[in-house]
Formats: sequence, structure tokens, C-alpha cells
Amino acid sequence: MVAAASTSSKPTRGVDAAFIVKKAVISALVALVLFSLMIGVRTEAGSDGQLTYWTRFGDLAAMVATVFVGSIVIELLRHWWGPVETVRVVPPSATKALSFAGRALVPVLLIFTFLVPVIFYNERYILDLGILVLTYVMLGWGLNIVVGLAGLLDLGYVAFYAVGAYSYALLATTFGWSFWMCLPLAGILAAFFGILLGFPVLRLRGDYLAIVTLAFGEIIRLVLLNWQSLTGGPNGVSGIPRPTMFGIPLTPGDDGLAALLGIEFSPTHRIVFLFYLIFGLALITNWATIRLRRLPIGRAWEALREDEVACRALGINTTTTKLTAFAIGAMFGGFAGACFVTRQGFISPESFTFHESALVLAIVVLGGMGSQLGVALAALALIGGFELFRGLEQFRMLVFGMAMVLLMIWRPRGLIGHRAPTVFLERNQAISSDLVKEGAG
Amino acid sequence: MDYLAQQLINGLVLGSIYGLIAIGYTMVYGIVGMINFAHGDIFMIGGFIALITFLILVSIGLTAIPLILLLVLLVSMALTALYGWTIERIAYRPLRHSFRLAPMLSAIGMSFVLTNFSQVAQGARVKPVPPIITGGYTLHESADGFAVRISNIQIIVVITTVVLLALFTYLVARTRLGRDMRACEQDQKMASLLGVDVDRTISMTFVIGAALAAVAGMMYLLYYGLVDFFMGFVAGIKAFTAAVLGGIGSLPGAMLGGLLIGLIETLWSAYFSTEYKDVAAFSILIVVLIFMPTGLLGRPEVEKV
Amino acid sequence: MTDIILSVENLTMRFGGIVAVNDLSFTAERGKISALIGPNGAGKTTVFNCITGFYKPTSGTIRLRHTEQEWQLERLNDFRIAKVAKVARTFQNIRLFPGMTALENLMVAQHNALMRASGYTFLGLFGVPSYRAAEKAAIDLARDWLDRIGLLARADDAAGNLPYGDQRRLEIARAMCTLPALLCLDEPAAGLNARESGELNELLLRIRADYGTSILLIEHDMSVVMEVSDHITVLDYGVKIAEGTPRQIRDDPKVIAAYLGADEDEAIAVMEGET
Repeated sequence: MVAAASTSSKPTRGVDAAFIVKKAVISALVALVLFSLMIGVRTEAGSDGQLTYWTRFGDLAAMVATVFVGSIVIELLRHWWGPVETVRVVPPSATKALSFAGRALVPVLLIFTFLVPVIFYNERYILDLGILVLTYVMLGWGLNIVVGLAGLLDLGYVAFYAVGAYSYALLATTFGWSFWMCLPLAGILAAFFGILLGFPVLRLRGDYLAIVTLAFGEIIRLVLLNWQSLTGGPNGVSGIPRPTMFGIPLTPGDDGLAALLGIEFSPTHRIVFLFYLIFGLALITNWATIRLRRLPIGRAWEALREDEVACRALGINTTTTKLTAFAIGAMFGGFAGACFVTRQGFISPESFTFHESALVLAIVVLGGMGSQLGVALAALALIGGFELFRGLEQFRMLVFGMAMVLLMIWRPRGLIGHRAPTVFLERNQAISSDLVKEGAG
Repeated sequence: MDYLAQQLINGLVLGSIYGLIAIGYTMVYGIVGMINFAHGDIFMIGGFIALITFLILVSIGLTAIPLILLLVLLVSMALTALYGWTIERIAYRPLRHSFRLAPMLSAIGMSFVLTNFSQVAQGARVKPVPPIITGGYTLHESADGFAVRISNIQIIVVITTVVLLALFTYLVARTRLGRDMRACEQDQKMASLLGVDVDRTISMTFVIGAALAAVAGMMYLLYYGLVDFFMGFVAGIKAFTAAVLGGIGSLPGAMLGGLLIGLIETLWSAYFSTEYKDVAAFSILIVVLIFMPTGLLGRPEVEKV
Repeated sequence: MTDIILSVENLTMRFGGIVAVNDLSFTAERGKISALIGPNGAGKTTVFNCITGFYKPTSGTIRLRHTEQEWQLERLNDFRIAKVAKVARTFQNIRLFPGMTALENLMVAQHNALMRASGYTFLGLFGVPSYRAAEKAAIDLARDWLDRIGLLARADDAAGNLPYGDQRRLEIARAMCTLPALLCLDEPAAGLNARESGELNELLLRIRADYGTSILLIEHDMSVVMEVSDHITVLDYGVKIAEGTPRQIRDDPKVIAAYLGADEDEAIAVMEGET
């Protein structure tokens, strides 16, 4: 009944009160049944291990009322904004204005990011958040190569993040190597694992690829969790050395940076240094991705996403093309992992669950597959938004999940859906997302 | 030998539960072509609803176990089916003809919602129930005193699975709804031109899948004697693995995959190590897919050029 | 002694119990336009897919000779046929990269050459001059082809936005950008109107004249085949039923019979009735 009601919601002018109320009543009834047991009754194991329950009809009534009111509000809003389903044709002038705003946005964002440690020098929390956002921006850009450009669905991207983090942690604690030695090694090892994952999935398509990558991510996590002698198991690795500024430690000691510069030591120096370090690495990732897109390999990735059969007919080795996408994407994930570890000083398998993969994938898809700027904005929105709801505690993931659903319904092709061509003769015009394929892999 | 026989029985029971969940994945995939990531959580919700119904029934003074079980089964199937229906309406239908990744992320989001909804609504602690069905049969006792046993609950799980599977196969093969479902699987546009109500058929697919998951949730509750808000994730991934291993879209494949995953897990735990049982299951999935890219019973993908 | 570029010898392709192509032998001459025709379901596309490596033939040999080398195509797998043996193809249902511009489509076609020039990405990443020169040459080649097919003005439009006839021509240009020795066209005139198929004929003749590229085409539309082909092989039910020049084929009762679905005597009767 509800199905019929919503599909027939034509953009009629004038509020159809009877219809809206009817719909709200049905929604409330559905909510009543859905929540009757789950909210109306609360179970808990008592001290003697016996399960007891009590009723919460007040909460149930409140929820049903919320759904009723919510349904009316949504219908009114929908009426106000017009039907969601219609495709709005954006006039060229608006597109132009938007693209100008887009061009201006990049430098503004860059300058702002650069100034964050200056503006928020005394706000440790914001600096930490900034580092976290930048780490996710890097992860998003890395996964973007695999999912956005090459069109290969990867649900286990967290595996490479984990490999990078653990390689860094283990190399640094076991051999005492410096950050600058461990970082490239972490990237290389992650890339190696990318190729390792790449081989079995070369022939797989679509959802078979999705489950294998997911399984791969879980395998890596489970191995990290259970290989106690190497990884410390659930206790993780701690005491990971902090990065040095090209050999100069950021410590209060005599040989520390503060002493050398003759300024007073502050732990914030290290945070600021880390911020710029990750910012720098993110910029390198971005630079490399933009370059790669304009190189034959990058075009081959996108061609692969568009049509694999045609690629083969043009003599493109689809195997190596896919493997390089996996390897390079994984390498950036590995760098991000190493950055994450130096910030935390401690890691455990808990940081590398499927939730992380889903989050990074959400960043890429919400950003608009293939768009560097979109991914950065999506990372800022999702991670920042997630932090905003910190006060909600256990409701936080609930809100986050709802936001994911709503964002997808609102913008299925992401914030920046169009594709910028990699080469042009006369006009550098964006390509509408309706034409861009998403890849079968 | 006896030890092996016992493990095979245990694996079969676990596999039945996975198989029931896997059918939901495979059905939705076959018709809508999306991975319903929230399905594992539907299973968890089914377990919770079974638990709560059971508690209420016992507290109002019902004592006849078969009656209680029947009522619990019906209530949890009905309510969980409504969850399945609602989720499809809210999170998937608006994205039906959209880009492939959008419904998938919406499903992942929905899975987060369900997990955390249960956590908020019912608390984070594990909910244990006392064994409801006890007793069993000793099939064989060896000289050294090791007995191969099959408990009543194991028998119930297997029989319920077989009965439901038979019903379900009948539904798909013989009824109007089943024919509509198969038509939508082949070609939604054509099906709707020929008078099939595609929206309704898809809704029914979610409803049936959720109802089967609810049965699995209830069996899980009876068999393991506990539920918690996080159990949907692991069981969901395993069942999804089972569906893919069997060949996603294929109903017998889902059941076969479920049984295989159940057996692999049980045997690996019995003979090697419990810690790596999931690694074993996932590795076998990967190995099978390398050689059979569309799973054991999946239709081979013919590349049309 | 004719100069043969492609010789298909005793090619057989079975799908399960169905014999799609049965013991087929034919050749294509260098620098000529050869056609493979036949009614629907005659097995033309199957032959094509065997030549271009998308199917592995059940038995038989496919030899390709050029630049003093010989390849056995059935032994090369998918992309190597295009990369090493230089066989390019188009598809019956156009397979462009719809979300990439016309120019980008032609750039992707030059992938292998550009890959080498970019030092397999490493040199290209840092923009060494030799790579920049190679990229410029590639753009020039693409521009040249866009000009030939009359799409220069639409170079920066998404390929998926082009009209059908333009997409067909762009796909041929894309195949030509791989600098092939043998160009295989799968029903290039399908879905084109009379004017467009006239333009197509012209394009094919110009490719032969300007580049000396050997062309093998499958066609359903007899008018295209008769106008441009130098040599025609006729296939029916996976078996070769005739071959020769367009003139010879036109007068062959077996061919008419195959197309009309009638037996030979009726076909002869029809022909005699016409003349």
C-alpha cells in the first residue's frame, strides 16, 4: 500500500492532506509492528544469568509518534522541493559557474589545510582530527584508483592499510629503522599484497570480485589477530618510535628539534610535524594520481572500467593493467597505514575491520568515483561529521548508517559525478556521469 | 572415525543455518542484482525477535514446548519479514535503477543501522537462554567410550531446513509468485510489460528471504543458546561466502555452499585450529573461485562479443 | 602467386554439440578488402572471434603473415593478437569507451606505443621530453583520424554522446590507430542509413588506398560488400559454399539459395526469371 502511494506521488500542486495523513498512519503502523518487540520489550541477563525482561511502552509510543511526524515532514518537504526522481537538467551557464567555483575551491582548500596548524595551534583536538581526515583522504585517493578509475570493486581495501601499518610497526620496533626507511618499505609491501590479491581476482567479475576482496581483508585481519608471535595478537604492537624530522627527533632532549632551534619544547610540535607530513604525503598521492590518469596506464584503467573486451581488442594487457591498479592503490593504502601508526604509536587488529573498508568505499563513492576533489570533500564530510556526533556515543554508528543510506539516495553518483577528460584538443569539458561506466569488475 | 562422524553431524547443522541465510542473499542477488549487506543483520534481528517472543510466551505461563516453538517461529518469521520489506522500501527501492555501487553502500549503511539499533534497543551484552530442547540419541559408541551423538535440537534444525527448502523449491518452481520471480530474474522490463508486478515481486523476495533468515536466527538461538547484536556480521559474511561459493543466484548452490562452509569450519576447528577456521573457509572460497569463477553451481558467464 | 596475409585452414569451432564453423578454409590477400558473408547464423562472427582471439578454435590453423614473420593466431591469446600480430577489430554492437571523449578513445588505442614511450609509466610520471614528444605524435595521429572521419569538431565530446553513424566510424578510426596489418570489421554497415553506408564505403576504400591495410569484413548488407570487396567468401551453416569476386558471387545460385532460404533449383528459377 505504501509502495503504491509513494510511486504515485505526482508533483501535484497543493497539499493533499488526506494522502499525507494516510501515508503517515501506515508508516506509523509499520513502525509500531517493527518496534513492538525490539523497543517495547527490553531484555537483559540478570546477575544470576537468568534472562529477564521489562516493557518500555513509553519509548515505543515515542518512536511511533516520531515516525508519524517524520513521515508527514518528509512528505511536506518532498512536496516543497518537488519529486526527487526527476532529473534536473542543469543549464550550461550554471555548469560553468559551478566549474569555476570548483576551480576556486581547490586552491582555497589547499591554503586552508596548509594554515590549519597555524590557526588551530592550541587546539590539539582539531589538529588530531585534521590528521585523521588527511589519512582518510589518502586512503580514499588510493582506493579511488582501484574503484573509481579501474572500476574494480574492492571491499577489502583495509587489508593494505593494515599491511602498511603492521609493516611499519614491525620494521620500526624490530630493527629500529627510521620512519623514512620504513615508510617506502611499508608502501612496497602493501603493493606486493595488492598484487597477491590481484592474481586470484583477475578473472572474477562484479560481486565475485567483491566477496573475494572482502574475504582477503578478513583473512589479513584474522591472521594479524591470531599470529601472536609476530603481531602480538589482539594486544597489537606498541612502543612504535615517533618519526624524526630527517634524523632530528622531536623530543625535549638536547638533540631535539626545539633545542636546536633554541625554542621552548612543546608536544604540539610533533603533532604539527605529523600534520604536515601527512599533508605532504597526501599531496604526493594526489599529484601521482593526476599524473597517472594522463599517462597511458591511467587511460587504460579508465578504458578497462568502460569496456574490458574493447581493451583486449586494442592490444591492452588487461592482466597487468588490473594488477598495477591494485598495486598502486594498495601502495597508497600502505603509506596511509604507516602514517596512521606513527600518529597512534600503537596498533591492534581492531583498527582494521570491515567497517574501515566500508567507510573508505563510502568516501570514494560519495565523492563521485574518479574525482580527486570529491573524495577529499567526502572524507572531510564523513570523518568530520562522524566526529561531530561523538557526543551521541552509541547512537553515533546508528546516525552514521542512516546518513550513508540518505546520502546514497540523495546522490547515487556522488558529490562530483562528472568526469574530466585526460586530454583535449579544443574544449576541456566535463563528461556527464550518465555516460561514464562503473566497471563490471 | 567416530570423531569424524560427530564432526560431520555438527558441520551439517551449522551448514544448514548458513544455507538458510545464504538463500536470502542468492534470491535478492538473482532478482535485483545487488548484495544485500543488511541480510546478516536481518538474521540477527530474527534471533532477537525469537528470543523476546520466547521470553514473553514463557512468562505468560505457556508450557507446551512444541506450541511455544511454533508460535516463536511464526512471530519471528512475520516480524522479520516486515523488517526485510521495510528495508527494501526505504533503502533499496529508490536506488533500483541507479548505479550499481549506490544500493550496495546503502545496504552497508542499513547494516550499520540494524546492528546499532539492536545494540541501542537491547543492550550490548550477550543474551543467553537456557537450553529449551534437550536430549538426543547416541548413534554409535566406540570401545574407548567416544559416543557419536545427535541431539534433538540438531535433528530439529536439519528437519526444519529440509522442510523449508522443499516448501521454498515448490514456491519457486510451481507457484505464480515463483514464476514472477524467475521472470524478473531474467528480464525485469520484459516481465513488467507482460503484466508482472515487479515492485511486488521484489518486495516478496525480500520478505521471503527475511523470513528464512528469521528461521535461521531462531535455530541459531536454540542451538547455541545465545544472541547478541554483533552476530549478524560474521554469520552474514559466512552465508554470503556460502552463496558465492555455490554460485550466486543459484538456490541449490546456496544450500550446497552453506553446507560446505559449515563442514569446512567444523572440520578445520576439529582437526587444526579454531582460530584459523574462518581463514580456512575464506581461503577455500578464493581457491574455488580461481578455478570456477562463477562458483560451484553458478551459470558460467558467457562473454558476448 | 598472390600475396596472402591471412590464411584460415580447416577451422572448426564447436559449442557443445553445435558445430558453428565446420572445416572452413579461406584466405585474405594483402592490401585487399576481403569479405565474409552469409545469412544470419552462418557462423561469420564465430570465425571473426576465432581470428581475433576471443574464441579458441576447436581445431584448425589461422596463419597471419606480414613483415616477414608468421604468426599462428590460434596460439596467441587475446590481447597479443592485437599487440603483437597487429590484428585490429571492431564489434557488431559498437564497443567504444562511452564515458571517454572521442580523442581519448583514439589515445587508448595507441596504448602500447605510448606505454613504451613512457618507459612503462616511470619516465612518463616525471614528464621526460621524449614522452611528451611521443604523446604529441599520438595526439596528432588521433587528430588526423578524427579529421578523416569528419569528427574533428567533436573530438572533445564523449563518445557515448555521438550519433550512431559517427560511433561506427570512430570505432574504425580507433582500430586504425593501433596501426594494424589486418583490420577486421564486424558488420560495419549495420544500422547505417544509405548515405552513411556510402560514406563508410569511401572510408574503407581510402584506408586501403592510403595505408595499404588489408581489410577483412563481415557483412550482411550486400550492397556494401559488392561495392568495396575484392574477394568474397560465402558461409552458410558454418560451411563455405562459394568464393570469388563480387561478380562471381552475385551470379552464384548457391549463394542466392542460401540467402533466400530456398533450394538451388528454385534459386536458379528466380534468377532466370529476373534476367
